[in-house]
Amino acid sequence: MNNEAAALDRHLSFSFRRIFTIATNTLTDLTRQKVFYFVLIFALVLIGSSAFMARFSFQQEFQILKDVSLGAMSIFTSLLAIVATARLIPQDIEDRTVYTILAKPVPRFEYVLGKLAGVLLLLAISMVVMSALFFAVLYAREQSLLEETWRQMSNAPRDQIDEALRAVRAAAFKIDIVSVIAVIYLKACLLAALTLFVSTFATTNLFTIVVMAFTYLIGHLQGTAREYWLQHEGGGWITTAFLALVALVFPDLQNFNLVDDIVAGTAVPLSLFAKTEALGFFYTIVYALLAVVAFSGKEL
Amino acid sequence: MMRIACVLVILLTFGLIRLPLEQALLAQDRQLHFQGAQLDLSLREQIGQLGFIAALSGFRSIVADVLFIQANTAWERTEWARVLLLFRQVTTLQPRAVLFWDMAAWHMAWNASVAAMNDRAQPKLALRVKAQREYFDLGKDFLERGIRNNPEKPQLYEALARLYKEKYNDRAHAAEFYAKAAATPGAPSYDKRFAAYELSYCEGREREAYQELRRLYDMGEQERLPTLISRLKFLEDKLEIPPEQRIPDVEPLKR
Repeated sequence: MNNEAAALDRHLSFSFRRIFTIATNTLTDLTRQKVFYFVLIFALVLIGSSAFMARFSFQQEFQILKDVSLGAMSIFTSLLAIVATARLIPQDIEDRTVYTILAKPVPRFEYVLGKLAGVLLLLAISMVVMSALFFAVLYAREQSLLEETWRQMSNAPRDQIDEALRAVRAAAFKIDIVSVIAVIYLKACLLAALTLFVSTFATTNLFTIVVMAFTYLIGHLQGTAREYWLQHEGGGWITTAFLALVALVFPDLQNFNLVDDIVAGTAVPLSLFAKTEALGFFYTIVYALLAVVAFSGKEL
Repeated sequence: MMRIACVLVILLTFGLIRLPLEQALLAQDRQLHFQGAQLDLSLREQIGQLGFIAALSGFRSIVADVLFIQANTAWERTEWARVLLLFRQVTTLQPRAVLFWDMAAWHMAWNASVAAMNDRAQPKLALRVKAQREYFDLGKDFLERGIRNNPEKPQLYEALARLYKEKYNDRAHAAEFYAKAAATPGAPSYDKRFAAYELSYCEGREREAYQELRRLYDMGEQERLPTLISRLKFLEDKLEIPPEQRIPDVEPLKR
């Protein structure tokens, strides 16, 4: 039966099975890289130590804990997305693995999609591990603060104790955090897809990483350039053309930066999360499509 | 060549398609007062090259936290000028965090002002008082700017009301800001009582205060707290309210 299915696959122009095989192989390959463990360990150490960074009032303490942990998750997943993806295609070309794969009836787009899926799986695993530690630290700190509050207010009236405990719980966990983690993941997916696209025409890993580092910085300023382009008249056609190019070519990464507002206690509407997540999803698809188009024409 | 053209067309078409969505997201952000930090060159000079790059790269809140911890260290060393500088940076980076504005104002108006008044290095009382007033004003400035960035949150209105009451002895302004706090969504129930209490201390506004306190009293048992009853009785005497319109004397607590 397996042979029959494999035989059928060979004749299909598109096969999830082939993409899945490439994705799992990519994931295995990536998890064998030291860089993955270095990045993950640094992130975990930072998240774990965030509980001991400062002793202030409980609101400030939770604010710093969430800021540091979510910030660490954001920076390390972005870093991992860029560093892990940058080497995928150049490494396969250098090792000549790509020739072995493409010599079989595997279309180039499946190869690119499989590679991207492998990175996205790696990012998902990293996010799960980091989120688990973050929630564990948050829960542990919440429990110790609840005990502390209970001890401090043992002589107070019951309603005051309940109010204080409610305040501690409200400062510790909000459901918004889960949406923020999803947004951080989508930002990393977008960066991975974009890195894959850059790596299809880059000659070295270093070139890809440098281009992505600049893209990351410009991406956080894209909103300013776009606004200036759309709202300000004058300034000459060169300036206008430059701003338009920045606005149309680079992704707006500032849109994915909802952590600051969540941690500051602002109620972010669900619609904003949904729109941001949809945008991240479309960015990833379009950059993956670009990577497919660019890789299809690449001379190997 | 054809593929390069194809890639460019996809990139630019996607750019044009996402433009309205990104603008809509920006508009929604603005409406919610997000992204308030103005990352200009003056901030770069304040927080240093590395901090500025970090802030530009979407790590504003972490940079703000680090500076906040530094501000606390400066406070422990009573380096007031440094506390002020650091809190200005912190609040610029993270203007939506009410706690930062509140803490900045508290350090200036309560801690630095007392330190200035007790400054042994300054023998002239007039100059010590002047320094103290300047710190009050700095605290007030933090709270006013904090309110402009967070108009929907009651905490900063409350803090400004306390500042007017305790530092400027300006009960009218204290009443005004407690009332503003009470008008925000999710405000604590005591804000409206505090607004009325403060109003009851304002010369010439006793009638207004009486009407507000009486309105609260008539709302039911949950509002009839000892301070409210005491202020109401004080105003009844002062305004010579007819006996039949006065509230009954409080019964002694039965144990």
